[in-house]
Amino acid sequence: MKKDLVHPLYVRLFHWLNAAAIVMMVMSGWKIYNASPIFEGIAFPEALTLGDWLGGALQWHFAAMWLFVVNLIVYLVTGIATGHFREKMFPVSPVAVINDVGQALRGKLAHDSHDYNAVQRVFYIGVIGAMLMTLISGLVVWKSAQFQLLSWIVGSYDTARIVHFAGMTLICAFIVVHLALVAIVPSTFIPMITGWAKPFPKKEKNHVA
Amino acid sequence: MLLKRHSSEKLFLPRTKQVLNIERRFFMGKALSLGALSMLTGCNVADDSQAQGVLDAMSRWNDKVQLAIFGTTTQLAPTYTEADIKDPFPFNAYYGEDEVRIVKEEGYKLELAGLIDKKDSWTLQNLRALPQQSQITRHICVEGWSAIGKWGGVNFADFLHMIGADTKAKYVAFKCADDYHTSIDMATALHPQTTLALTFRDQPLPPKYGFPMKLRIPTKLGFKNPKHIMSIEVTNDYPGGYWEDQGYNWFSGT
Repeated sequence: MKKDLVHPLYVRLFHWLNAAAIVMMVMSGWKIYNASPIFEGIAFPEALTLGDWLGGALQWHFAAMWLFVVNLIVYLVTGIATGHFREKMFPVSPVAVINDVGQALRGKLAHDSHDYNAVQRVFYIGVIGAMLMTLISGLVVWKSAQFQLLSWIVGSYDTARIVHFAGMTLICAFIVVHLALVAIVPSTFIPMITGWAKPFPKKEKNHVA
Repeated sequence: MLLKRHSSEKLFLPRTKQVLNIERRFFMGKALSLGALSMLTGCNVADDSQAQGVLDAMSRWNDKVQLAIFGTTTQLAPTYTEADIKDPFPFNAYYGEDEVRIVKEEGYKLELAGLIDKKDSWTLQNLRALPQQSQITRHICVEGWSAIGKWGGVNFADFLHMIGADTKAKYVAFKCADDYHTSIDMATALHPQTTLALTFRDQPLPPKYGFPMKLRIPTKLGFKNPKHIMSIEVTNDYPGGYWEDQGYNWFSGT
């Protein structure tokens, strides 16, 4: 059977490198957070953290940071330059989102790798936004004296810590939904490894564009 | 307070190479159970020294990047108002507050060593007679918390020039009365806000904030701001530091 290339190589590379980077950033970040929690009473289980003490967690965080940032930049530049984003993520009209959320709630929304439905588009754009938000606030936490323009945009050092935490929370929320949907629609998993998917039976767009 | 807890666990151990190696192994143990890492690097996850080598190399790379970022700007750390000062200002060290070292002013002399022309030692009286500057800046701890305080004292760049320090040298190292030691890059030493602080909130530095003097560097994390300084050395040989030798990033700029 003829198959379609739904995820070009650079998308797959980005996806898996990013997954590894995010796992390292989040788990080491939890250890760093635990050293001085922002929110009274909220701490992460030590078993889920990376690095055996604060010094180790910081080493992981600031090493994985480079993988996360370089990978993200390559992805964004390639995605914009090739028109991949425009083609797969846009447009996202509010009507389509409402329509598709309604369908999703009735269990009728198609979820595939060819043509993202409006809910998928919102999620993928949203998580890229959350990653950028976490990145920018993280730069402020790291270098509040050096990156004062970013500091001014994000707020104070303390605000930047909260924004950084909020960005992490959004990314984790995305991961939970993302993994749940892969479990529900397992046919989307293999194409993220091989790039290829069976042609989608319904070639018409399944959402109002 | 992980920074402190870790130190209390090991405070009684002589810090031999073996002990440090054991710590290293311990520190890597849990980390390497992650399957994702083998996927990422393709290296043998059982070989913890290999992963630690990568982390150490990345930390040295981060030193270089931070120095480059720092060197390209004459950026001053943000300053605040008296109303922003945290009261009480938090105490932090590798030991508890009940173990604060008391240094007596009588007999105290700041010793100078290394690539310095005039190595005469300095009494507090002589240092107080020099022009003083003060700043209200944010102290950021490597643990993540921060607090705004006010420090006053001698502009460190002026002091280095006055004593004929070789400002082309790479490092300035500090030895402290509480057996702490650390070192900074020359660019930071010459930064206009870097201050040999003799006062906190316009009063002589209390013991818990580092009497007789602390190097106040608002462009670096708290642990790079040594207290109870006994000697200053200018050198080209990497001096390391108490926390730095255990894996904390050496440059640690903010």
